[in-house]
Amino acid sequence: MADTHLDADSDVMLIDPDVLERTLQVALGSGAEFAEVYAEDKRSTSAGLDDGRIEQVNSGRDRGAGIRVIKGDTTGFAHTSDLTPAGLAEAAQAAAAAASAGGAAARTVALTRAEQRVVNAIDRHPGDVPKAAKVELLQRINAAARAAGPQIVQVSAGYADTRKRVLVANSDGVLATDDITRVLVRVSAVADGDTGMQTGYQTLGHTIGWEVFDQHDIEELAREAARQATVKLKARPAPSGAMPVVIQRGTGGVLFHEACGHGLEADLVAKGASVYAGKVGELVANPLVTLVDDGSMGGEWGTVAIDDEGHPTQRNVLIENGVLTDYMWDHLRARKEGRRPSGNGRRQSYMHLPMVRMTNTFVLDGPDDPADIVASTDHGVYIAQLGGGSVNTASGDFVFGMTEAYLIEHGEITEPLREGNLIGNGPKVLEQIDMLGNDFAMGMPGTCGKDGQGVPVGDGQPTLRVESLTVGGTAS
Amino acid sequence: MSELLELADRVVAQAKPGEQVEAFVSRGGDTEVRVYQGEVEHFVAAQSEGIGIRVISGGRTGFAYAGTLADDAVAEVLAEARDNVAFGEPDEWAGLAEPDGVEATDQELWNDALAAYPTERKIELAKQLEQLTLAADSRVRIDDSNYADAYGEAAVATTTGIRRWGRENGCYVSVSTLADDDGDTQTGFGFGVARQPDQIDVARAAKEAAERATRLLGATKPASQRVTVVLDPFVTAQFLSIIASTLNGEAVVKGRSLFRDRLGDAIASPLVTLVDDPTNPLAYTATDVDGEGLAARRNVLIGDGVLQRFTHNAYSARRAGTVSSGNAVRGGFAGTPGVGALALQLVPGTRSQAELIAEVGDGLLVQSVQGIHSGVNAVSGDFSTGAAGLMIRDGQVAEPVREFTIASTLQRMLLDVVAIGGDVDWLPMRAAGVSLVVSGVTLSGK
Repeated sequence: MADTHLDADSDVMLIDPDVLERTLQVALGSGAEFAEVYAEDKRSTSAGLDDGRIEQVNSGRDRGAGIRVIKGDTTGFAHTSDLTPAGLAEAAQAAAAAASAGGAAARTVALTRAEQRVVNAIDRHPGDVPKAAKVELLQRINAAARAAGPQIVQVSAGYADTRKRVLVANSDGVLATDDITRVLVRVSAVADGDTGMQTGYQTLGHTIGWEVFDQHDIEELAREAARQATVKLKARPAPSGAMPVVIQRGTGGVLFHEACGHGLEADLVAKGASVYAGKVGELVANPLVTLVDDGSMGGEWGTVAIDDEGHPTQRNVLIENGVLTDYMWDHLRARKEGRRPSGNGRRQSYMHLPMVRMTNTFVLDGPDDPADIVASTDHGVYIAQLGGGSVNTASGDFVFGMTEAYLIEHGEITEPLREGNLIGNGPKVLEQIDMLGNDFAMGMPGTCGKDGQGVPVGDGQPTLRVESLTVGGTAS
Repeated sequence: MSELLELADRVVAQAKPGEQVEAFVSRGGDTEVRVYQGEVEHFVAAQSEGIGIRVISGGRTGFAYAGTLADDAVAEVLAEARDNVAFGEPDEWAGLAEPDGVEATDQELWNDALAAYPTERKIELAKQLEQLTLAADSRVRIDDSNYADAYGEAAVATTTGIRRWGRENGCYVSVSTLADDDGDTQTGFGFGVARQPDQIDVARAAKEAAERATRLLGATKPASQRVTVVLDPFVTAQFLSIIASTLNGEAVVKGRSLFRDRLGDAIASPLVTLVDDPTNPLAYTATDVDGEGLAARRNVLIGDGVLQRFTHNAYSARRAGTVSSGNAVRGGFAGTPGVGALALQLVPGTRSQAELIAEVGDGLLVQSVQGIHSGVNAVSGDFSTGAAGLMIRDGQVAEPVREFTIASTLQRMLLDVVAIGGDVDWLPMRAAGVSLVVSGVTLSGK
């Protein structure tokens, strides 16, 4: 049943509306313009397998509220794990004091409850699944990875599920709730050979319930990690220098996340810390490129019904046919610019302030047959899996790692390469995307870090080619 | 007697026959002030508390935590941890740490002056840092200027006889800069760390943040080449953290360390002596006990280039047939202890960075690296990161360069160390910085 857990309001209303209104009043009391309560109740279960055995099953519970008060250009923030009226009042006073509020007239708040939106119906809550089934999943992963070949000498695997109930109420009258379920599996394999050890790594994560395992073959994921590690035993040093780079579908979204995603976050733009500041309406990418950030996309890793400021997530087109159409916005930046937030105000937990963040960021299909993209590349690098990346938004320079890559010689994918980073400059790379496939796929789940906070994000793209990227290997 | 230790004791007292129980209880808070253009942009006053309980029975381990110390939550955590035991698989080496007779080195980890420091002065420090940085160079803008402090107390108790309680506090300032010239924008950063706010060298943080950004203005992409690099202290500290992960006892016993069979071998240049020493009060991460409550101690990991020991916690040590080196690390109440270095340091040389640069003659000064997490594989040893810095020509720093990578392998880099500076920098991380010269690195650019 999809609705068993989206039941009574008492279940999702972590704090009584009357208490919320009073708490907001305390927070505003001294003349602040805006106050907000963000409450969460998170339960998690995780299990780890390493070296052939289930090492440990873990359970966790986090519950608390963060209170934000905005007065002038100053934001005050305090949080508490005490959700009683007294605990909330104390945190509200602390936040108000932090915003250095003076003594102006009091304001009252009337909350209007928004209907809880369901972007992902959950068929089976992982909390209702026996722990034994979660452990058995890891044992199957271990067996499948080890059976993949004698070179596999070590396997580790992890399982994690979380269910987070969220409530946001603010002095604009917003009262919104969400109920977020996520399931993640990771597997890492080590292969050993004459050239030393190599690793393979795969993850599967969705914002849905246990039914994720009806839709995805977990053993195939394990074999894929093992294959990756084994293939790399024959890898030669990656080349060094600028060359064409082809990126396989569903693995290169992180390129856009770094090359331009962060630079389109309105907080960085406002501080003049983005190469994309002042460029709305300008051609910033090859006209092949249309870039979207969509937090409402069903089941993806970066999906949430509302952002962490209570605004519904939505599909935001950031770049359309190469032209920069808009930035991403949170409450604070949108309020300053007198516009609506775009559903991109996110935070790691109730202990953190929200800021502008991506959700699921992806590039839409282009016109090219992926086979033609490789065939028309005389010499270059083919990346079958990207690792993480990072960007300096002010200069636009960004890096990302290649965890599985091959040489392209005379239009064919040939030898595997050892790992390394690639470096490029965002605005230049966007212009240099000269072929875009018609085989779009979403990629693996990711965690995006900004200012010390990590949030789940998704990405995706079709197979594509960048005319020139600098490959950071050691071979001349 | 600490309230937290009493709580830990009460949990441990509920152990059933044949059960090992460990309770880790902590409480803490932090203040974060961010200033932008002379105004407080945000002020965060945060507090948190929680408990993590580990239960081991018949070689099986279970764990649970809660971010609260409410009585009902604590009871639920113990019950959950116990429930989780049934799903672990028996491990003959599983078990908690046991008292080993090593005395903890007395450390002054708590500073009353910091605990009593007034809020207005914290805000003033962040404002002062912003002003000093702006005054350093007219091309400089500020992204953010910050003051942060944190305090915490923690207790750990076990059925094996460990009972520890401690508290500590610390503070730092940091500033992120932007420098503009002729359509080019570059970034820099600076920070200052001290046991109490009045001891923070704000002027130095400001000067470094301005210099780091301005000296990269006009940087271009260099030609690909093989170079000798001088790693700036901050970059060396990041490099040492990766090296430490290859010497992690857990990685060794599980066959994931590339140095697993190399104890007693020369794995580095004879110049390299790498020490993990949390008993050094100068280290930002100095501590008296490790994450399992054993005394923190000084361990020589690499001595004159020879691999001398791995870092171990109780589990990895038992499995490796040795004793814990006091290297259990714990990320708070929400997790079980892993293994890791606590306060790394390369035994320094005597020369300044300028002297090292003069000796190198032609090479590259690496000011920052980017993508350590994505381009370095501590299992295979492949090392490749994005970088920015200054070319070295005729023994002097020359033109700025950016948008290139430097690459080698961890194994080669240790052997290719040709000099270590005397300019030790205590950074707000688990490794101290020092200028480090490494030859034979591949620069990938144009």
